[in-house]
Amino acid sequence: MNTEQAMARLTEVFRNVFDDDDIVLTAETSAKDIEDWDSLEHINLIAAVEKEFKMRFTVKEVSGMKNVGEMAQIVCERAKK
Amino acid sequence: MVRELCYPFDASEVMQKRRKLLRTLKEQSGNVKLRIAVLGGSTTSDIVKMLELFLRNRGIEPEFYESEYAQYWQDAMFPNAELEAFKPELIFIHTSSRNVQDFPAVNDSKEVCEHKLETVYSHFEQMWERLAQVYACPIIQNNFEMPMTRLLGNREAGCPQGRIDFLTRLNLKFYDYAASHKYFYIHDINYLSACYGLDKWLEPKYWHLYKYALAVPAIPDFAYNLSNIICSLMGKNKKVLALDLDNTLWGGVIGDDGQAGIEIGQETSMGQLYAELQSYIKAHKDLGVLLTVCSKNDYENAISGLEHPDGILKPDDFTLIKANWEPKSQNILDSANELNLLPESFVFVDDNPAEREIVAAQLPDTVTIGFESPEECIIALDRSGYFEVTSLSGDDAKRGEMYKANAARAAAQQQFANYKDFLLSLEMQAEICDFDEVHLPRITQLTNKSNQFNVTTKRYTQTEMEAVLASDHHIRRYGRLTDKFGDNGIVSVVIGRKEAASLHIELWLMSCRVLKRDMEFAMLDEIVKAAKSEGITEIFGYYYPTRKNAMVRELFGTFGFVKQSEDADGNSVWKLETSGYTPKNEVIQIKEEQNV
Repeated sequence: MNTEQAMARLTEVFRNVFDDDDIVLTAETSAKDIEDWDSLEHINLIAAVEKEFKMRFTVKEVSGMKNVGEMAQIVCERAKK
Repeated sequence: MVRELCYPFDASEVMQKRRKLLRTLKEQSGNVKLRIAVLGGSTTSDIVKMLELFLRNRGIEPEFYESEYAQYWQDAMFPNAELEAFKPELIFIHTSSRNVQDFPAVNDSKEVCEHKLETVYSHFEQMWERLAQVYACPIIQNNFEMPMTRLLGNREAGCPQGRIDFLTRLNLKFYDYAASHKYFYIHDINYLSACYGLDKWLEPKYWHLYKYALAVPAIPDFAYNLSNIICSLMGKNKKVLALDLDNTLWGGVIGDDGQAGIEIGQETSMGQLYAELQSYIKAHKDLGVLLTVCSKNDYENAISGLEHPDGILKPDDFTLIKANWEPKSQNILDSANELNLLPESFVFVDDNPAEREIVAAQLPDTVTIGFESPEECIIALDRSGYFEVTSLSGDDAKRGEMYKANAARAAAQQQFANYKDFLLSLEMQAEICDFDEVHLPRITQLTNKSNQFNVTTKRYTQTEMEAVLASDHHIRRYGRLTDKFGDNGIVSVVIGRKEAASLHIELWLMSCRVLKRDMEFAMLDEIVKAAKSEGITEIFGYYYPTRKNAMVRELFGTFGFVKQSEDADGNSVWKLETSGYTPKNEVIQIKEEQNV
């Protein structure tokens, strides 16, 4: 899976979690860009991404992630394994 | 009802689509409102959000108070203006093993362990006592899930220093409290976490990242299980199991295989599996759940299947048997009409997805239970929680008999030319009395589940009902009806509020199982008698239409009230002068008050 494919699937997950079909993700997208992305939705988002890609983030990864680009990168690395 | 939220649901889909589901649910009308205070020992926000979905799906619209993070004890123990103003109608205490601060240490003596157990327990007990005193509403309390680690290995169980041992004994003390306090209910997360898988339930990152005492993906299961208790308390339990026969209650097709060919009983693995299911279903009768058959079969074949010598369920166990070639949705509708129940009270169990789909499409309020392989049926039925027990009342256990007795009455009716002669032959006796403590739970339960014979559909919480009981400004009567076929239990409740020389009827309801027995007239006679004795000259009746209560639109008219007004929505006001009133009941003998 390449970054582009990962971003496409992530977009779908984001649209579901935030119930907003207009969401367009870029690598720089972060919590401040999406209105409902607060700490609580973040948990749901992580859970939804884990489910979509059948993988688990570690505590360290969740605490360190800064934007969607970093999330996509982790997802791609895991998918390679 | 939103199917995505019915059991078995896809937990991750429910989490992902929460906002969308909530939007759909908010379009539903006719919900009962409920103020719930959630006092948490860990994060509760997503629990509350999920709980809202499941409650709304069962017709309950919650409003929440949430304690600040982990402030459950402080909120409960100290004066709290915000919580007092909120006036909770239900309190849920969300604690877990993470909230046990003082576990025994390995080198503690047995006495120290014992002391610690008492200390931790009393921390909770004093909280419950204060909550009951200040807020006087039902309390739901989590028990403790088993811990993540076992320092002593298997020895954790069986020595007082072990945490397994400690938590187990703590749980037992909670259960003792529950057994001796009505309105106190255990939310069994110990069982739930075991079903879910303890390692997954306790996945540590959810605690360390977000301070959740359970894994976030487990929250829908948690919230659903909790919602079952609340639905049961609010009278939302289902009442009837409508069961398919072939490949649901036994293996094979009775019409093709014959009685000797179907699999049921101890001879084969499949036969044993179906026998276990039949036993489990039969036990529901003791909870007051009605069993009915809903099968595409010739009637004689259905009966011969149920008469299989190794079968557990016999024809006599069923209140109704619908075995014919009509659509199953029609059969459920007919059953509902015959039992004076609504399709929403039915749970339909069938192995065939097409049949479930048809019933779901035709009867959107009827829930269906499906399974892919027969061994999954018993678990699906059990975990659905549609018959969650919050109290075992004598009336519940007898309900099946009551409906059977109704069938006997119907048969007896045919022998009489004249309906009044029939009613007299029933030798009915009514106990019509003022409310008392003993009957209050059943009275409150009735106000929350009667939809059809109910003029105002006013709902009462336990607290509100206790206020009515204590009030000098109300006339209250409950009615119990007995006849030669059996005791129908408490079937009618009337509440009127006094205002100078007027009485305003705030509630008039009756259970549909005693329709056309003139019980409403017996109640009216007693209300008018009580009103007159208190100097009331006028009684005002109110009818507020709902989707379900059309049968009582003219009730006050048949009582001899005169209609005063009616607005565009059909809300009407009626008046009766008490002076010229003549008693209307001629068929029910009124027993002298017992609780004087």
